[in-house]
Amino acid sequence: MSTVIMPKMGDGMEEGTLLRWLKSVGDQVDAGDPIAEIETDKVALEIEAAESGYLIQTLVDEGQTVPIGTAIAQIGAEGEAPTADAPAADTPPAEAPAAEVAAEPEAPVAEPVAASAPAAAPAATPAPAAPVRAEGEKLRASPLVKRLAAEHDIDLSGIPGTGPGGRIVKDDLAPYLTGARPKPAPAAAPAETAPPAAPAPLAASADGGARPAGVPREQSRIRKTTAKRMVEAKQVIPHFYVVSEVDMTEARAFREMINGEIEEKGSKVSFNDLVVKAAALALRDYPNLNASLEGDQLYDHQNIDINIAVAIENGLIAPFLPDTDKLSLGTIARMTKDLAGRAREGGLLPEEYQGGTFTISNLGMYDVSEFVAIINPPQAAILAIGSIAEVPVFKDGEVVPAYKMKITLSADHRISDGAEAALFLQTVKGYLEKPLRLVL
Amino acid sequence: MPVITYREAIKSAMAEEMERDDRVVVMGEDIGLYGGTHLVTDGLLDRFGPKRVMDTPIAEGGFTGAAIGMAMAGMRPIVEMMTWNFSFQAADQIIQNAAKIRYFSGGQASVPLVIRGPNGGGVQLSAQHTHSLEGFYGHFPGLKVVAPATPYDAHGMMIEAIRDPDPVLILEAGALYGTKGDVPEEEYTVPFGKSRIAREGTDITLIGYGRQVNLLLKTAEKLASNEGVDAEVIDLRSIRPFDTETIVDSVKKTNRAVVIEEQWRWFSVASEVAAHLQEHAFDYLDAPVERVSGAEVPAPYARNLEIAAFPGEDDIIDAVNRVLYRRS
Repeated sequence: MSTVIMPKMGDGMEEGTLLRWLKSVGDQVDAGDPIAEIETDKVALEIEAAESGYLIQTLVDEGQTVPIGTAIAQIGAEGEAPTADAPAADTPPAEAPAAEVAAEPEAPVAEPVAASAPAAAPAATPAPAAPVRAEGEKLRASPLVKRLAAEHDIDLSGIPGTGPGGRIVKDDLAPYLTGARPKPAPAAAPAETAPPAAPAPLAASADGGARPAGVPREQSRIRKTTAKRMVEAKQVIPHFYVVSEVDMTEARAFREMINGEIEEKGSKVSFNDLVVKAAALALRDYPNLNASLEGDQLYDHQNIDINIAVAIENGLIAPFLPDTDKLSLGTIARMTKDLAGRAREGGLLPEEYQGGTFTISNLGMYDVSEFVAIINPPQAAILAIGSIAEVPVFKDGEVVPAYKMKITLSADHRISDGAEAALFLQTVKGYLEKPLRLVL
Repeated sequence: MPVITYREAIKSAMAEEMERDDRVVVMGEDIGLYGGTHLVTDGLLDRFGPKRVMDTPIAEGGFTGAAIGMAMAGMRPIVEMMTWNFSFQAADQIIQNAAKIRYFSGGQASVPLVIRGPNGGGVQLSAQHTHSLEGFYGHFPGLKVVAPATPYDAHGMMIEAIRDPDPVLILEAGALYGTKGDVPEEEYTVPFGKSRIAREGTDITLIGYGRQVNLLLKTAEKLASNEGVDAEVIDLRSIRPFDTETIVDSVKKTNRAVVIEEQWRWFSVASEVAAHLQEHAFDYLDAPVERVSGAEVPAPYARNLEIAAFPGEDDIIDAVNRVLYRRS
């Protein structure tokens, strides 16, 4: 008999909601069969059976939210009697985590952040999603580990400790502290600075009577996660902003020209794709804006992975394009459409949004002239794209029409300064105003 | 740069200051005619005469008290304790008078006194002649206590001590009198309250002072070549005033520390270091700070037992392995 648990799908994940059972008690299941659909604070996912057998028992009802590591079902031989309740802690850690979910997002990253981790330290073990401590067993961690866990938003409950008495020590944490790609859950996307709430109606107190109290409304999990991350980002990061106006007249013509050559609708290049490509190329020249700051430690990234903020129901998510600077415009267009589409359906894999080195948020389609975005930690900067507007400009003494777009870089002043941000914007602008350079 | 012994480094510092300032005098048992039991004052009598290089009776309480009076009256006496073990005879003068007169007099009087001599053991002198008194004297506010490990520091700290307006106790590493090192000819001082990073490393911080610094450096090399552990070695130099910053910065980098001392563990320098680290670097510690100290017995005479009673390379390596969570 094996126990299926609520898996841990991201560093920030503490609980998951069972959306619906895909198998019923008594059904035969093969290893790898999806047996349930769960929702984390980010996405909806399917849980797969770790081994073949029969679904003996379900322990969680549809719609119920349980902490990670909680037993949710049992799979055993046909007719096998369910154990009354399957305490999660009985699940052998070696067995539980591996197969529950096809893509294990926690997969340790090769290099531990802590450069000083001694070579002879225990090898990085994959992160088990299963409980690693008996019920009631106190979690022990060194002070260093507790501080790092708090800084990186790492849940220690699923991490086994190799120190005395099961103490979690620095080496145990190393696989969870990553410098480059799968990053400790910065996934919640950048939120735009929202416009202030509507001003109180003038007539509010016209009759002098009390107004009805507000109706409490529970926030969605995605909203709560976004809220938490945005508060952290805005409180901790000293943001500064630099705005630039880009003449998109050439880019418009260029886009029309290349899209004229593209048959397939899904591959048509958008203005956003042009901006993404321009920013990725510009980051090659300004690698400091492609860095990330985790705690006091700055990390440079070899790869330029641009996250694209996608509005989804009740929130935002920012999947990234791996090695964006090396992708052609057509590839960027296809990948972005695919990621955005699946993001809206809740179908992104964690490794598609956990990570990234620089974020672009585009509200151009909503007719906004410009806006400023909140940095997506631990990244150094985020680029906010406004709408393209036809405006009169002076050219050689004549008033002529031109298409202008405002872009705003929000950058972390601990990492970068105004001059660098300005030069970066100038480079982005250079690419967009001479768009042939995007395909060179 | 001239290479001289630890002994010569101390002597040349005293001689330079005696040349510079005629208020500086040297006194102690057998330091004049005999040249000092450890030859640290050898030749000074011929050079400066009996008024400035004074042989005293075997009465530490008496001559230390006399030196305190001379210091209060404007002289700059340097008292040699033949070994620090004999300072117990003078402890009342040192603790009750030297340390307190500035406070008692509301700052009207001070005691610019230096007391120096060999500290610690390791040469089969048995229990009554084998004490490490840095924890003992370091306990009393009003005393500065330093423990140089190299000829360079011994020279520079001696000059700093002579010029200091308050009593300074120099706990010399008796076992190191013959060791050699660079000592510049030009004048310099080594300020108190500033530790020295004797070896840079990233994996663990080894903290010591006096002759243990050499043992730590040797062990660090062994750890590097045999165990792949890159240890940082910190020489505290100064017991009081104490440099918290250097050890805290190091532990923020390495996340681990082992403190070594020859003295007993209870109420010792290593205990103080461990306390400072947990107060100031708690969130950076990945393991408890380990202390490696002398055995809790009066020092044995027998060579094999004496070796066993003092921290050695194996004790340090064992502690390092525990702190790194490695099976030794």
